[in-house]
Amino acid sequence: MTFFTSWHVERADQQINMKQLLAFTKKEFYQVIRDKRTLLIMFGLPIVQIILFGFALTSEVKNVHLIISDNSKDVNTLQIINKIKASSYFSVDESVMGYADIEEAFKQGTVKSALIFPSDFAKDLVHSGKAQVQIIADGSDPNTAKTIVNYLTAIINDYQAQLSPTVGLPYKIIPETRMLYNEEGNGSLNFIPGVMALILMIVCTALTSVSVVKEKELGTMEILLVSPFKPFMVLISKAIPYLALSIANFTVIILLSVYALDVEIKGSILLLFMESILFIITCLSLGLLISNVTASQQTALLISMMGLQIPTLIFTGFMFPLENMPWIFQAISKIIPAHWYYLIVKSVMLKGLGFEGVWKETLILIGMTVVLLTVALKNFKIRLS
Amino acid sequence: MNAVTVKNITKTYDKGKVLAVDNISFEVKEGELFGLIGPDGAGKTSIFRILTTLLLADKGEASVAGFDVIKDYQSIRNNVGYMPGKFSLYQDLTVAENLSFFATVFGTTIEANYDLIKDIYDQIKPFSNRRAGKLSGGMKQKLALCCALIHKPLVLLLDEPTTGVDVVSRKEFWEMLKTLKKQGITILVSTPYMDEANLCERIALLQKGKIMSVDTPENIIKAFPYTLYGAKSDQIYKLLNDLRLNGQVESCYAFGEFLHVTLKEKQENGKKILRVIAEQNGHSNIWIEEIKPGIEDSFILLSGEQG
Repeated sequence: MTFFTSWHVERADQQINMKQLLAFTKKEFYQVIRDKRTLLIMFGLPIVQIILFGFALTSEVKNVHLIISDNSKDVNTLQIINKIKASSYFSVDESVMGYADIEEAFKQGTVKSALIFPSDFAKDLVHSGKAQVQIIADGSDPNTAKTIVNYLTAIINDYQAQLSPTVGLPYKIIPETRMLYNEEGNGSLNFIPGVMALILMIVCTALTSVSVVKEKELGTMEILLVSPFKPFMVLISKAIPYLALSIANFTVIILLSVYALDVEIKGSILLLFMESILFIITCLSLGLLISNVTASQQTALLISMMGLQIPTLIFTGFMFPLENMPWIFQAISKIIPAHWYYLIVKSVMLKGLGFEGVWKETLILIGMTVVLLTVALKNFKIRLS
Repeated sequence: MNAVTVKNITKTYDKGKVLAVDNISFEVKEGELFGLIGPDGAGKTSIFRILTTLLLADKGEASVAGFDVIKDYQSIRNNVGYMPGKFSLYQDLTVAENLSFFATVFGTTIEANYDLIKDIYDQIKPFSNRRAGKLSGGMKQKLALCCALIHKPLVLLLDEPTTGVDVVSRKEFWEMLKTLKKQGITILVSTPYMDEANLCERIALLQKGKIMSVDTPENIIKAFPYTLYGAKSDQIYKLLNDLRLNGQVESCYAFGEFLHVTLKEKQENGKKILRVIAEQNGHSNIWIEEIKPGIEDSFILLSGEQG
């Protein structure tokens, strides 16, 4: 066997070479940077989506017509009413109305919100340190309704805090809110975590699958396969540059949310990043899986965009409350990775929870990623067809 | 030792409905420049893909550089240089970037085997900062050859490297192959151009997935059993039909501006016989000469016999 030298054989057994990986990553970056279309999807789409969702779903309200029905007429209610009047959110109408009149006004749509003090408000507050107040809002416009409720609750809480130290007793005013017509009142500012999940899902999955399928379509995969480069290394080399790009992408989304939309990140940024990297890996695995079963860039794009956008929108829970869905839909939502990521981001970003609050969701997401990645790697064809 | 061995290989597509390669066997010797000659659809690409381990044959055995295409597929992938039929480099990378990328992926550097590609690379060097997609057809093929050679392969597998390339570049390309052969690299090349067959040491003529003949181009031409005549007149299409209808004529087909004609029986005065036939049919400006057959004549004859 003089035909092939030992040098050739040794080369065959060469271990995974970091140099090859680096060269591949470099190549991938060149390609992305030179492809205006990819760049546009990568960074244009998130910016447009965040801004569109940001302003379309904004729930800023001003000068809302508020009916206050003060059946107690004491110093406390007067102070609260003055506080409400002082804010720029409401134009107050103090006409004394019965409950039936209020409902009639709601039905006609002339009134969007009402605040009702019961007749024994002051008495309760002084004697038992506890009083109730009713807030009614028109739930057919859930965003506005929720905002109105939040504002009123905040004003009452503020008053309560003001009251407590002077009197020395812990006073409690319990606003009993009621949304007419839409008791759940979905559609809040929670959309940011949802949009994040949506964008990462689409961008990561689409770009990864398209870039692998492009190699197949242009024939370069043929050369890569007929080379010492191990087949599965092709997938790994694809995933790394897109992981880096997706992290950059995520940073853009976060910066936009914080600076353009004034979203406050309550929890740890580091945790948020780590969880997002995990989710990005999930999406990359999904993208690789899609690339295994598709042969053209268009199909890959269509599956990743259409096939994933709609389920993500519906089953993540940020657009439509999952609680109202039939059990089958609720079950489906449980297998959508974006659903778990959405829960994690909501907890970390909006509620400020630490890892102990999201470890279960994280574990589920890790499990899904491992399964997807294994299937993608196992199914990667080492030959054509 | 054979660099490539193909033994009774059969390949079908669409669950056996389309027969692409039909029980083919041939061998390529170490250091040989071997050509697979045949029209589109003859099964050339399928053979290349089986040899490069990209496709699995339905039946038969094959080995490249001593490695079995199924068992040792990774060894084959490590040691062959492959140029697919379609230009398969990164169009959005420059010439230099493509070369350095493939060098790294193949676990080597441009410098390590520069002597091997120098002659070829020198020709595209002035364009090293140009994107590969913006190169001319000939340039693309030169770059692809450089990339296939960069790791000093034992066997070079080139699937229709000159298709879609201008005549001058085609010539240059074959010159390069000769130079590479001198350096001891075994080359298996396919082409639909019959005139390129003479540039190979040995060839296999392929038609509809079958090998019709394997030999040196000279021997294949020598084996042509008939005396071949070239014929021409003012009405060449009419002449074609007239000759075909004549009982003495074995075969007649158009070949460039001439007709290539053979007679059924070996005749001393074949030229005269043909001239008479042409004159009887009222042709003018008749030109008839005995000519040397080429590979294409053999090919047509063989496909007639075996098809």
